[in-house]
Amino acid sequence: MPNGTPQTFMDKVQALDRRVVFLFIALAVAIPLLFNVVFSEQVSPIVGSIFERVDNLPEGSKVLLSFDYSPSTVPEIQPMVDATIRHAATKNLDIYIMALWPTGQNIADETIHRILEPEFPDYQYGEDYVNIGYKSGNQGLINVILTDLKKMYTTDVRGTAIDSIPMMASIRNLRNFDMILAFGGGFPGVKEWVLFAGDPGNVPVAGGVTAVSAPLLYPYYPSQLLGLMGGIKGAAEYEAELMRRYPRFETATTPGLDMMGPQAVAHIVIMLFIVIGNVAYFATRKKQTTGRGA
Amino acid sequence: MRRQVPLIITFVVGSVLIIAAFIPHYPFGRLGENFSLYFDIIAVFAFILGGGNLIRIHGGKFTRGIKLSIAAAKKTGGFWPLTFLIEFPFLAFGGLEDKRGRDWFFSFITLAGFVAMLYVGLFKIGNPDGWGGNVTHPLSTFQQFYIYMFNPLQATMYALLAFFVASASYRAFRAKSPEATILLATAFIILLGRTPAGAYATGWMPESLSFLHVPNLANWIMAVPNLAGQRAILIGIALGVIAMSLRVILGVERTYLGSDRE
Repeated sequence: MPNGTPQTFMDKVQALDRRVVFLFIALAVAIPLLFNVVFSEQVSPIVGSIFERVDNLPEGSKVLLSFDYSPSTVPEIQPMVDATIRHAATKNLDIYIMALWPTGQNIADETIHRILEPEFPDYQYGEDYVNIGYKSGNQGLINVILTDLKKMYTTDVRGTAIDSIPMMASIRNLRNFDMILAFGGGFPGVKEWVLFAGDPGNVPVAGGVTAVSAPLLYPYYPSQLLGLMGGIKGAAEYEAELMRRYPRFETATTPGLDMMGPQAVAHIVIMLFIVIGNVAYFATRKKQTTGRGA
Repeated sequence: MRRQVPLIITFVVGSVLIIAAFIPHYPFGRLGENFSLYFDIIAVFAFILGGGNLIRIHGGKFTRGIKLSIAAAKKTGGFWPLTFLIEFPFLAFGGLEDKRGRDWFFSFITLAGFVAMLYVGLFKIGNPDGWGGNVTHPLSTFQQFYIYMFNPLQATMYALLAFFVASASYRAFRAKSPEATILLATAFIILLGRTPAGAYATGWMPESLSFLHVPNLANWIMAVPNLAGQRAILIGIALGVIAMSLRVILGVERTYLGSDRE
């Protein structure tokens, strides 16, 4: 803006104070949350393939769940974890829980106390599910447990010797699992599970990641990665499918579906701002071009 | 010798791990497993190094800030400890003129948080099962700190991103060139496609035009152009990693050893 030239309305719109954008985004998220705006969801093929795989596993199949995330991504990832853990427990699968992130162990324990213990009282620790916890090493850890899990894990999180846990008797390494479900949004995460366990061990790997990480994993789908849940939408699709197939979960909490309302409104608000910004940009540019031509 | 020994270790470990990937039989398979195990053990020490580094950096900032605060309090005359205590909250949040001493209060908070978590975690404070119990037991102080302090703090920090992303989108997405216009159109389709609004907006279209449904378009963008781009980047990175790894294994690349001075 040349010095001395008065600012037009469009100039002001172009240089809009960011606090105005912040305010609209806050309202776009808060209002649908307050009024509980919920939309219906259809499962997409990339999420549906995970659901079908879990659904078709025979009773007693061994599923490894890896909690590779921290509280910062809990709002996005936890709904997927809740839905898959409910699904696996409904199908009477043996659930093995571990973490590549130190923060994952706390979240895993919290999930057990919030979902597995109250909703599936018949599920017994050590017989139907076990939490072997966190170990350092990132992809190096996967590399070791691919050949010998007990080299790294000598006890579970409760300090019980791994050999005295009934459901660990049939586990020697990662190849003994029927499926690996990795949840995370960074390094190490789903990609490392594909590269260091899925491919060399020929174990089906599926995952749930944050929306920003999902595009990076598409090259592995469908040949190396069975399926992928990306962000809130992935979680909402899984929850919707779980409710459709298993009506007992109609009263269960569905944070994924609940958050799709605020996400939808926030996306529309962002799009409106982008449109307004472009209208202002072209109006200003046209004025400048006309000004130069005159 | 200070440089030769790490170079020899790198060469041997690197070579064995490459051979073990192609010939996973005795002795290379066993050696490969053991080297991976050594890596996991060494990785544990990174936590000690990380903790030590955190104490060193923030401890330095904290002591420097305290010294400057005391010096500032002494300048005012009178009974300086009282002045220091009264001015404490103001000095803590960047009230010092000397920039080196600014924000020392945040270093203090970092150190206090670190020590508190370490203490309750190591000694399993409040754990009903005692020393042998699970550190993440719901009643343990460690887990309480985690759920009621660490959890909301991290979630808040990450949630703030939404506001900055919205503001940045408003400023950055301008159709200034054909490339920017394509990016803008793609962003619109993905933004709509990731919400039920996309399905509602184009749900009325006949089945023959289903490829124009916004969710289908969004899926196509992710599965075709995005995949092609990501795959190209991945292949490029993989080639770069191979070249760099060979340089490290063969001792051509030595920057990881630190300074050239013996």
